[in-house]
Amino acid sequence: MSVIVLVEHTGGIIKKQSFEAVQYAAQIAPKMGTTVTAVALGSVTEAEMENLGQYGAQKVLHVADSRLDELHSRAYASALIAAAQKENSKVVVTLHDIRGRAVAPRIAVKLKAGLVAGALSYPDTEKGFVVKKAVFSGKAFAYVNILSEVKVIMLMPNTFPAKKEEGKAIVEQLDVSFSEKDFGVKVKSVNKVTGEVPLADAELVVSGGRGLKGPENWGILEDLAKELGAATACSRPVADSHWRPHHEHVGQTGGTVRPNLYIAVGISGAIQHLAGVNGSKTIVVINKDPEAPFFKAANYGVVGDALEILPRLTAAVKKFKEHHQ
Amino acid sequence: MRGGAKERVIAGVCLCCMLIKAETHPSTPLKRGIAQSPAFYVNGNNPLAYFSNNINLKNKILIMKILVCISQVPDTSTKIVLKNNNTSVNSDGVTYVINPYDEWYALIRAIELKESGIATEIHLITVGKADVEPVIRKALALGGDEAIRIDAESNDPYETAHYIAEYAAGVGYDLILCGKESIDYNNGTTGAMLAELLDLDYIGFATGISIEANAAVVNREIEGGEETDACNLPLVISCQKGVAEARIPNMRGIMAARTRPLKVITPSGIAAVTEILSYELPPAKAGIKLVSPDDMDELVELLHTEAKVI
Repeated sequence: MSVIVLVEHTGGIIKKQSFEAVQYAAQIAPKMGTTVTAVALGSVTEAEMENLGQYGAQKVLHVADSRLDELHSRAYASALIAAAQKENSKVVVTLHDIRGRAVAPRIAVKLKAGLVAGALSYPDTEKGFVVKKAVFSGKAFAYVNILSEVKVIMLMPNTFPAKKEEGKAIVEQLDVSFSEKDFGVKVKSVNKVTGEVPLADAELVVSGGRGLKGPENWGILEDLAKELGAATACSRPVADSHWRPHHEHVGQTGGTVRPNLYIAVGISGAIQHLAGVNGSKTIVVINKDPEAPFFKAANYGVVGDALEILPRLTAAVKKFKEHHQ
Repeated sequence: MRGGAKERVIAGVCLCCMLIKAETHPSTPLKRGIAQSPAFYVNGNNPLAYFSNNINLKNKILIMKILVCISQVPDTSTKIVLKNNNTSVNSDGVTYVINPYDEWYALIRAIELKESGIATEIHLITVGKADVEPVIRKALALGGDEAIRIDAESNDPYETAHYIAEYAAGVGYDLILCGKESIDYNNGTTGAMLAELLDLDYIGFATGISIEANAAVVNREIEGGEETDACNLPLVISCQKGVAEARIPNMRGIMAARTRPLKVITPSGIAAVTEILSYELPPAKAGIKLVSPDDMDELVELLHTEAKVI
């Protein structure tokens, strides 16, 4: 009956967002009179898996096949289905991220389960099994009731910060007999951008728009991002003009970010851009046009020339860090 | 078109094992896979043989049919207004467009593949009542040989995927493309569900697609970078920025689209697994605090002590 959670890792280190998912499951499980079983795939150490107990997992089922270090949506689904069957689970939790979005839909089909993609709340079981999610790219929220017996929830990362407590999970090996077709997609090459903070997972984001005037001015934005340990992003016109790579484009037709802090520099704040960033907890807008619509969506605003303000802000952050170390 | 091929070849790719099992059957007419299968399972536990018959012994594609999934969404500039005690979204005055990910990336890449002589036929499919026809016509104007409208009001991706899978299984496509998500319900799950229902491989978040011999070579976004994958056809790919060049429909396309067929299909019913009980608009921001451009120390202090984000 336990609640199953897919745990993700990078090079054997479990992702912080997966702690959030385990903790989320640990909030649901008691309501259903059950416990949490995490499922870890591929090469992860025993110690890393035991530590999932600190976030509320009682047990970890480990499918040790190293082919699972790469994303194979069919193999992942096979492993999770095997775990769900072993545990007779009625709820499966994944993250709403690249891996979760490849595997959770397959599980939903296999288990004939209703699915909520991008859950922002714990399920309300008073009126069914109701979970809140963003719709229209953050312009509204919907309360989705899952009608099926089995439920699949894809949790939006950075929604419920994970808090470590005492605990140690029991690790059990789970043997899954994979077929050849589970690995039909062959990975030819991997090109990881090292040293940068992945945008979707970033807690702090510094984002630039046309107000920066040209790609040659991006250095001062990157300086601030570096000082803060933030990821960099941009508006659509900037990506379309090839000032920045398109994976940095946030907005309704680009990526969605949900950081704790979003600093928008020289971005006017078109409705499409706001849709991609309005899940941010705190928004700072720096723009020389006091009428820029972004100011209406911001918590803090600075009216002025970005090119002058950015170096000052970077210096202020540096000073702050020196004082707080 | 198929009669032109000298050798008739059966079952290029068997998805059950992902091996190329080309056999020459000079006397057997080409059949599209699902027709050989007794029934289409919509339940997922699907042993069905979904064959692509369009690859010859030299791994050269003779026929390549692409299915592009099209969703109708409110234009990105739409302000969302709720009605009926917040149980539905007001569609008055809303302009509907092709979901940008479906149009800019999935559909345009399909057209590019046809223009470069790789794909032979493009079908567009959508799920909706008659009011979605202007949008599917617009998609046809961009390119595509035939459109299919599944005549149903879908409640969620589970339902949508079942309808599309039911139709696709009967045709046998070599490549199924969809956008990475629709900008209305932001699920991004239809493609992978479709793959599961059709027992196909799936690659999500593609940023580049090329076809080499009988395989798709796909660049896709991964956490903190990109990966290049290869996968035998047929498969389902969800597309995002990078997959195709931007283009706009021209008058010729718009005129030609009028004569292209738009089939309306009545699906078999499927029980809903989710329902939306109500909607809510985001709370208004409490009000902005302006900081002097000369005092960035104050801003940092506010972010630390008040917002507690650094």
